[in-house]
Amino acid sequence: MTDKIEELEITLLLEALYQRFHYDFRSYSKASIKRRLRQLRERLGYRNFSAMLEGLLHDAAIFPQVISYLTVQVSEMFRDPSYFRALREHVVPHLRTYPSLKVWIAGCSSGEEFYSLAILFREEGLEQKTMFYATDINPGALEAASAGVYNLDRIRGFTENHQQSGGRSSLSDYYTTAYGKASFDRTLRDRVVFSDHSLVTDAVFGEMHLISCRNVLIYFDSALQDRTLKLFSDSLIRKGFLGLGSKESLRFSSESGSFLDYVQGERIYQKRDL
Amino acid sequence: MTTTAHIKAVVMGGSAGSIASLITIVRELPAAFEPSVFLTVHVPPSEKRNVLVDVLRSHCDIAIGEAEDKQPIQPGTLYVAPSDYHLLVESSGVLSLSSDEPVLFSRPSIDVLFESAADAYGEALVGIVLSGASSDGAHGSRAIQDAGGAVMVEDPLSAYASVMPLATLNACPGARVGSPGQIATYLKHL
Repeated sequence: MTDKIEELEITLLLEALYQRFHYDFRSYSKASIKRRLRQLRERLGYRNFSAMLEGLLHDAAIFPQVISYLTVQVSEMFRDPSYFRALREHVVPHLRTYPSLKVWIAGCSSGEEFYSLAILFREEGLEQKTMFYATDINPGALEAASAGVYNLDRIRGFTENHQQSGGRSSLSDYYTTAYGKASFDRTLRDRVVFSDHSLVTDAVFGEMHLISCRNVLIYFDSALQDRTLKLFSDSLIRKGFLGLGSKESLRFSSESGSFLDYVQGERIYQKRDL
Repeated sequence: MTTTAHIKAVVMGGSAGSIASLITIVRELPAAFEPSVFLTVHVPPSEKRNVLVDVLRSHCDIAIGEAEDKQPIQPGTLYVAPSDYHLLVESSGVLSLSSDEPVLFSRPSIDVLFESAADAYGEALVGIVLSGASSDGAHGSRAIQDAGGAVMVEDPLSAYASVMPLATLNACPGARVGSPGQIATYLKHL
């Protein structure tokens, strides 16, 4: 049974990533992580996962490639425009009532979600009283996020999304172009901290008014999803807001009782006032 | 077909021109159909809800719904991949969605569904590849066959678009071939 052997090899590989490098993928959705590991094995040219494990443990060049490949995510600015429109119409009015705001973008990847929210908050006049925390476990992604430079061919899609999200300005107000790249206005980064944070192993670090964590939970198994949602619940102020990806819900989670479905269909939840 | 008595799941994939074939197939599945059924059809990413669910629901007797992340898998139920997400089957008996990059320009990808199902069900799986104009499904069908499962494709001679069935036949020369009606008959007698 080669399947059983591969299964064991993958278990060992994930255990090595945790024990040797402190990256914990052991509670990720197995089917997705397996798929990525197989692609990576092919790309690195190993004949099986045991050979890849040896490389990981004895060749210093391998680990950064593994970690970057396993954790990379590609998003868009204002992905699912109706989500951002719902934030504008239903969440922003509540946020206006607070003297200061903390917003956490958990799993910020290369920053598209952060810049979307920073622009939305500027348009809505909330930026100056807001502190953003954008976190990820991929060091390369955090670097890209703090650079805020995207290929020009992606800007058209970003612009359409921004308009559909109810944008009050033109996206082109926020970037300059050169050499096929769009570089986003550095003042959008005046009020953000980019930081390494693992939803698997790290803890609460502040009291948030809004947490946006989109298309991250789908990569976790049910137990880790529950842990993460508990972490979010503990990190939110009373009646704070949680935004998830368009196909993520609390329906199968043991934490569903901690949240109210705040904007139906947009995956925007509010922490219950218990 | 004595070897198919233990089939626990069916995966189906389709693209251009596959909807009519799909309707022909699901219409024939009896309410008491036991295997779980997973379906990936290429749809535009802009659709907020996969309208295919509503279209098929009006034609079928088994339970049907858009697949949700970490949803427990039930027998006799048809799960449809949402638009703009890959659908995967977990060995632990739940579904997963993924936002990984498109495969062969498609998200959802038939290969992603088929490969994960081959891992989860092994020889207890049947894969069906319908009309389509890409080679998505060929790799996944090969994975199903390698894991001991069975593969059947819509007859390329009568399919609206023959590229996809032909690509699968190339990857799995031993696969069964038939019209949508024959595929339905085959599934009914699993």
